[in-house]
Amino acid sequence: MQLTRAGFLVLLWLFVLAALRVVRSDLYAASGLRASGLPGFRRSEKSARGSKAPRQLVVTHGALTGTRISLDGRPILIGRADDSTLVLDDDFASTRHARLSMRGTDWYVEDLGSTNGTYLDRAKVTAPLRVPLGTPIRIGKTVIELRS
Amino acid sequence: MGSPVPSGEGSPGASAATNTSPGLKAPTRRGTELVMLSFAAGLVTLALILVELNQERSLSLRILYLGLAYLGLFACAHLAVRRWAPYADPAILPCVALLNGLGLVVIHRIDLALEGTVFPDGSTWDPVAFKQVIWTGIGLLLFAATLKFLPDHRMLARFGYTFGLVGLVALLLPGVLPGFIAPTINGAKIWLRVGPLSIQPGEFAKILLMVFFAAFLVSKRDLFTVAGRRFLGMDLPRARDLGPLFAAWGVTVAVMVLQKDLGSSLLFFGIVLVLLYIATERAAWVVLGLGMFAGGAVVAWKLFTHVQQRVANWQDPIARYDVVGGGYQISQSLFALATGGIGGAGLGAGRPEMIPEANTDFITAVIGEELGFVGFAALLLVYMVFALRGLRGAIAVRDSFGKLLGGGLAFAVCFQVFIVVGGITKLIPMTGITAPFLSYGGSSLLANYILVALLLRISAAARAPQRIAKPKPQQPAIADQHTVMVERPK
Repeated sequence: MQLTRAGFLVLLWLFVLAALRVVRSDLYAASGLRASGLPGFRRSEKSARGSKAPRQLVVTHGALTGTRISLDGRPILIGRADDSTLVLDDDFASTRHARLSMRGTDWYVEDLGSTNGTYLDRAKVTAPLRVPLGTPIRIGKTVIELRS
Repeated sequence: MGSPVPSGEGSPGASAATNTSPGLKAPTRRGTELVMLSFAAGLVTLALILVELNQERSLSLRILYLGLAYLGLFACAHLAVRRWAPYADPAILPCVALLNGLGLVVIHRIDLALEGTVFPDGSTWDPVAFKQVIWTGIGLLLFAATLKFLPDHRMLARFGYTFGLVGLVALLLPGVLPGFIAPTINGAKIWLRVGPLSIQPGEFAKILLMVFFAAFLVSKRDLFTVAGRRFLGMDLPRARDLGPLFAAWGVTVAVMVLQKDLGSSLLFFGIVLVLLYIATERAAWVVLGLGMFAGGAVVAWKLFTHVQQRVANWQDPIARYDVVGGGYQISQSLFALATGGIGGAGLGAGRPEMIPEANTDFITAVIGEELGFVGFAALLLVYMVFALRGLRGAIAVRDSFGKLLGGGLAFAVCFQVFIVVGGITKLIPMTGITAPFLSYGGSSLLANYILVALLLRISAAARAPQRIAKPKPQQPAIADQHTVMVERPK
């Protein structure tokens, strides 16, 4: 009887540990963060890492601070519209404000005719501009940057 | 959601998508969910076997069938998730399955303990485990229906005000209706009697009001971040922006006064505060809200005897053991927890008949006795994983409404567990409230299954790979033209 009692408790804890394990591996998948510390996790990405290609977009200022979007080559739409990739809630952002798109291995930012403009570092974006890694892009009150 | 797209437009999105690295297909992880569900069902079956063994009842294959039936029930829910929300979080449903299953086993176990008991008024104990199984079935049906008919959680935001009104009415209805429709049971007036059914509209109101508050805060977020005057290093909000907080406070007090339901009012006010905090990231709201709640609680304590009773029972339950409406309940729960100790008495080997309201408000005390500190801690961790995944989905989802709603829903479950467990362990005054998924009660279970469906929907939106970028009709192929658009939108 004692054995079954202890056994059940052990199994209960095993369930908790299993659930936490699921959570652990899932953390990276959901956020677009790569699991750099985990050996054998997504090896295909490791190879891509050598080149300094941007892998994610990070919001560094504004209401959405901390949001990360992993870059998979598809263009990123930024604006207040519901179907934008990054939906801004910002009075200074337009419905379709800016777009980040990939050409070759570089990412370009272009302004989609926004009212208040898009700024790459300090310069106003008037034509598609190449976005270097870690350079802030300011849209209204939101600042985003690309990271590898 | 998107407007019709003129055909033949050279969409830059499509051209950009072709030269990308594939292979970043997000895993749905539905397989993991199924494995975890089987694990949960196995644990529940084992718990049932242990109960039957410890109660010295004959074991038969029937138990295995019951276990398989339980697995089948959740396999159906799993299929619904697979069909309608393939990218939903894999850890949430198994946690719910385990909690609900253990709840069923414990309710069955309490039935066994109370079998044949004759109450002072001559009635005998009516087994409720089977009813709870039916409620679970209905709950899972509602769960699947919610997933099916709500393909996008943002649809809810459109009905924000409607939901708010319905929720408010549902919350306050039992308090103002006459006694024959809304009877007072155990001192609280929170039930509505419709024919043979008793429902607690407050449980559903919780979710409706959360939807309302999330929608309201998303549309009016800027109002709440306008800085008022600074005080002690905090930006206090302006007085006129305090309206919603006062409204929530008023409703809370009304619930406390009209329905004598301390737990719900605490839960409701906590949810509003957390939503405000998530929306504005300003501690001032929390400090103000807590101050208002403390003020309201002190006034309520001065004015109402039932509040005074609860507080006195909390301060020294043993001293008031023999007083009518005194510390008997909390004392018995503390005795049960003490009997359980570290390792517990073993499933089916405790004495739940000694605990009042064992299958509703005090079910966690029964579990604490039979599984002990070790098992109870594991159970709380299961709740934690559940809330963690809910919050994770809320962080990862891209729209503010989803963030607020997901955060609020996950917090609500967490806070409810805190209120229940805090009550039975004498950390805070005992307030009659159900433990989510564990306690016997149809309304609570149904409402919580809807809540789970919403959380899964939000996490699915967060984890799903983004659809191929939609071409934008009003901006034809700007990437292909080396011109500069300077036209201003209207």
